[in-house]
Amino acid sequence: MTSLSVNHLLGIKNISKNDIELIFETADYFKEIINRPIKKVPSLRDITIANVFFENSTRTRLSFELAEKRLSADVINFSSSSSSVKKGETLLDTINNILAMKVDMIVMRHASPGAPHFLSKHIDANIINAGDGTHEHPTQALLDTYSIREKFGEVKGKKIAIIGDILHSRVAISNIYALQKLGAEVMVCGPNTLLPKFIKTLGVHVELDVEKALQWCDIANVLRIQLERQEIKYFPSLREYSIYYGISKALLDKIGKPVTIMHPGPINRGVELNSDVADSDAAIILHQVENGVAVRMSVLYLLASNKTPLN
Amino acid sequence: MSIPYVCIDNVDFLIFLMQKKLLLDHQLFEITIQRLCQQLIENHNDFKNTALIGLQPRGIYLADRIKATLEANLGYNIDLGYLDITFYRDDFRRREKPLKANATSMPFIIEEKKVVLIDDVLYTGRSIRAALDAMSAFGRPELVELLVLIERKYTRHLPIQPNYIGKSVNTMQSQRVQVEWSIQGAKKDNIWLINKTDTE
Repeated sequence: MTSLSVNHLLGIKNISKNDIELIFETADYFKEIINRPIKKVPSLRDITIANVFFENSTRTRLSFELAEKRLSADVINFSSSSSSVKKGETLLDTINNILAMKVDMIVMRHASPGAPHFLSKHIDANIINAGDGTHEHPTQALLDTYSIREKFGEVKGKKIAIIGDILHSRVAISNIYALQKLGAEVMVCGPNTLLPKFIKTLGVHVELDVEKALQWCDIANVLRIQLERQEIKYFPSLREYSIYYGISKALLDKIGKPVTIMHPGPINRGVELNSDVADSDAAIILHQVENGVAVRMSVLYLLASNKTPLN
Repeated sequence: MSIPYVCIDNVDFLIFLMQKKLLLDHQLFEITIQRLCQQLIENHNDFKNTALIGLQPRGIYLADRIKATLEANLGYNIDLGYLDITFYRDDFRRREKPLKANATSMPFIIEEKKVVLIDDVLYTGRSIRAALDAMSAFGRPELVELLVLIERKYTRHLPIQPNYIGKSVNTMQSQRVQVEWSIQGAKKDNIWLINKTDTE
């Protein structure tokens, strides 16, 4: 297989295991490229990509922009805070205006779940979902699973515990889909109030005790408490959350076996993860960030590779 | 049957009529590689400032063989890298079926070095153009040369000519050159000229 089965990357749910493996294999080659003295290839030189971010983002946006530039694409950036969205323009109008400027691909982050799916039904450009509300964040899941594959050789058979605010996390949902498609076992762990009601229907283990979760898993993917999405209090205080669910070196030592620690960032140090863990050799957090560029290059390259006549 | 072909000599005509023609058998193959290595040694002496680069996916087998033969002659290690050109091709988004990339392994930089690009078959020259582009990510070489096992004559799309040629052959667009390597599982090292319609 040399091309993806889809024209858009809307979510991991919509792609196959073969797609994921092709993305990983291509990312291997891009990872070699971004470690060269000259970290750039000319593949996408005739392509213009718009990064359309209706929600705040630092690392995803930087990572996409770097990936696009490493592939020689022309890049335009859009953020809703400084745009006509504030003046009442609809999503479709905004995007159609951007496309009228001859843009080939859209990378979009939006607060509404399903926004990129809606767009894909109305426009021709390739769309990459960079996070839609609490729904999916496919490139984050791809780079997380890619990092696991890099460290362990394969994802199949590994046990991964996703710990933290599962209810508000698009990273958790996309990770569950990706890990299961690749044959891993997944557990979610967090306070009952931060676990979605029907999470078991996804075929994951559920654990309320973080110590038991760490004992079970090979890899712990620790998520941030998304206070910005929480309109009500789900737990008494951050301090209490940290006491019951925060991961410290003392806790890992108590487990008595190696557990690889991942985090999609940004880390709230001292809340879900202590500095003595985040900065330890057990953490592969910065590898995840590096792999993010390679994986995004791979996704952009593969989505752009379908035959397209020059106009 | 009308033959849309300008016959240059009898061998070419025979090649056309046969379904599959042996261009180099394993003995000639080995002699050709020895000769190419001797030509390289004439121009590069001790290879102290020379690096070999095999082009993925098929040039690397020839590059490996050239390296091994040179090292057997000279008695010391010679730099060899593998270069993949997929991301530098000029037909991206223009092919019906995208091409799969391969690994690049360049454990040295080529700044101020003499570089010998190595590929099995030279046809349109477009791969070599892409390789020249890809190579520049690893520095600015002092000199670049091209070595090929088979040169298909009169088929170039670009002004690119090899410095070292195993064998030059007249071919048609409907034919392809197949290099079989024993290291890849073939019985012997052989090079065939095949009519495309028979197998593709």
